[in-house]
Amino acid sequence: MAATTRVTARALRVRRGNRHARVPAPRGRGRRSPLLTAVTALMLVYTLLPLAWLLINATKTQEGLLDSFGLWFAGDFALLDNLVTTFTYGGGVFTRWLLNTLLYVVAGAGGATLLATLGGYGLAHFDFPGKKAVFAIVIGAVAVPGTALAVPTFLMFSEMGLTDTPWAIIIPSLVSPFGLYLMWAFAADAVPREILESARMDGAREFQTFLGVALPLLAPGTVTVLLFNVVATWNNYFLPLIMLKDPDWYPLTLGLNAWNEQAGTAGGEAVFHLVITGSLVTVIPLIAAFLLLQRYWRSGLASGGVKQ
Amino acid sequence: MVTQGRSGAWNHRERPPRRRRSWAGWRFVGPFMAVFALVFLAPIAYSVYLSLFRTRLIGGTAFVGAENYVKALQDPRFWSAFGRVAAFLAVQVPIMLFLALLVALAIDSGRLYGSAFFRISVFLPYAVPAIVATLMWGFMYGTRFGLIGNLNETFGVTLPDPLSPELILASIGNIVTWEFVGYNMLIMYSALRVVNHSLYEAAEIDGAGQLRVIWSIKLPALRGTLVIATIFSIIGSFQLFNEPSILRTLAPNSVTTYFTPNLYAYSLSFSGQQFNYSATVAIVMGVITMVIAYVVQLRGIRKAS
Repeated sequence: MAATTRVTARALRVRRGNRHARVPAPRGRGRRSPLLTAVTALMLVYTLLPLAWLLINATKTQEGLLDSFGLWFAGDFALLDNLVTTFTYGGGVFTRWLLNTLLYVVAGAGGATLLATLGGYGLAHFDFPGKKAVFAIVIGAVAVPGTALAVPTFLMFSEMGLTDTPWAIIIPSLVSPFGLYLMWAFAADAVPREILESARMDGAREFQTFLGVALPLLAPGTVTVLLFNVVATWNNYFLPLIMLKDPDWYPLTLGLNAWNEQAGTAGGEAVFHLVITGSLVTVIPLIAAFLLLQRYWRSGLASGGVKQ
Repeated sequence: MVTQGRSGAWNHRERPPRRRRSWAGWRFVGPFMAVFALVFLAPIAYSVYLSLFRTRLIGGTAFVGAENYVKALQDPRFWSAFGRVAAFLAVQVPIMLFLALLVALAIDSGRLYGSAFFRISVFLPYAVPAIVATLMWGFMYGTRFGLIGNLNETFGVTLPDPLSPELILASIGNIVTWEFVGYNMLIMYSALRVVNHSLYEAAEIDGAGQLRVIWSIKLPALRGTLVIATIFSIIGSFQLFNEPSILRTLAPNSVTTYFTPNLYAYSLSFSGQQFNYSATVAIVMGVITMVIAYVVQLRGIRKAS
């Protein structure tokens, strides 16, 4: 077997297709099987049941939650009330958390995608001093447990006066070694060297070539990396847990946890119905993004057809 | 060409560059590396530095060499946490990857009704934040007003409490499986999609059945992806933090402050102010993770050759 020495790189590449695979595998070989469909549907029940539970229970009042069957609706349909209360409870703090999350996602995930796209393109199409070291360090970093960095990062940021500010969330979110790696692999395949050479021959400057020639070809990869960065930032819990004490800067994840813990504190009001409705509100944008952008991210992740 | 049959990017790295070496590439890679140095390299260096010192309220900071490491390696709490995630890894990861493989093969077989619906639905939990996944499952696990409570009431039985100390690890395993089975399914399915078309035709001519095709064509094609998925699952298991930390609210007696190595390092820092020792625990765990990930990768390579 060729190239056994770099299984990691190969496997990722295989995922995105190789030259033999331009023809899609035959679909629908053989007849469709009701039995196989039924067995696989068990998996569907497993993955969708909790989401159904969330949807159903977001329609219940705090009392209804306690005295009705979990997988069916309670007497009164309180979804709208719950939504209104979620956004207004505690002086509209949930709205603040939502806006914080959006800020972290736009600045953090957006910035991370920009840096990964630039860097991946640079690694794929330039030869520069220190390139091998960049590879080694970044590939190694993918294996470093991210949370192992948490304590020293917190202490560093604390000395720099960055904790309890949005910067403490945005700056670490800007780096996605995995995103860089995907973009590098993607850029090497999706941008033909010949096109770049001819652009250079025409006297285009490097950044012009990047913006005008490479960037459009990189779009499916960029959307994929963006989407996964958005998920990582939107869902981030550990980093804000360490960095933020002030609830005014909480993202949704920390806010929901605070509401959930509230019932256990002395004199705290139990607001599980708001925890559940808030969870639903937190989940919906990402699910919508994945559904709407399916075409892009699937071609970015699996593209055999990028060059067609 | 010698490298024929490999993919494009592969060729780029091995083909001698036509362009002159220049610093121009740094203009593209530089911004990433600058931030990378700030949030990856500096904390690693700082953490190694911290692990070599000890801070006391009285007496200040003193260089202690490897003392923290000796302490960590003899710390029963650390090993108890490590044993827990190792058990988790040994049971949860194979189950999750096996389920993901089954679904990927089923969807790829082209024999399902509505396979696009299957693909996206199984993947959806990946988009759900760990906090929401844990709260949902945590509420459903509840014996008081959760689904388990409902079942107990309806059938007049007493089901075992999923949040009890005996079952909590399995319950966490279920949450993690739910969160990541679809993601793993998707990368396996993507790898299956690019299997060389002509292999299937050849197999058909040879009269090979579906199972034979799976065993001889599809599984070998998935090897690299499985190695990657295993490595990421190992890293994920050893970093286990969010789920147990959030479940602590619902089941304070079942989740200790040293339930996982990460939770232990976190508690040491943020409840105990033992930053030096906490950094040491994190480094030891990071090194163990990397060694195991590396061994898995080597084994994956050896089997391939």
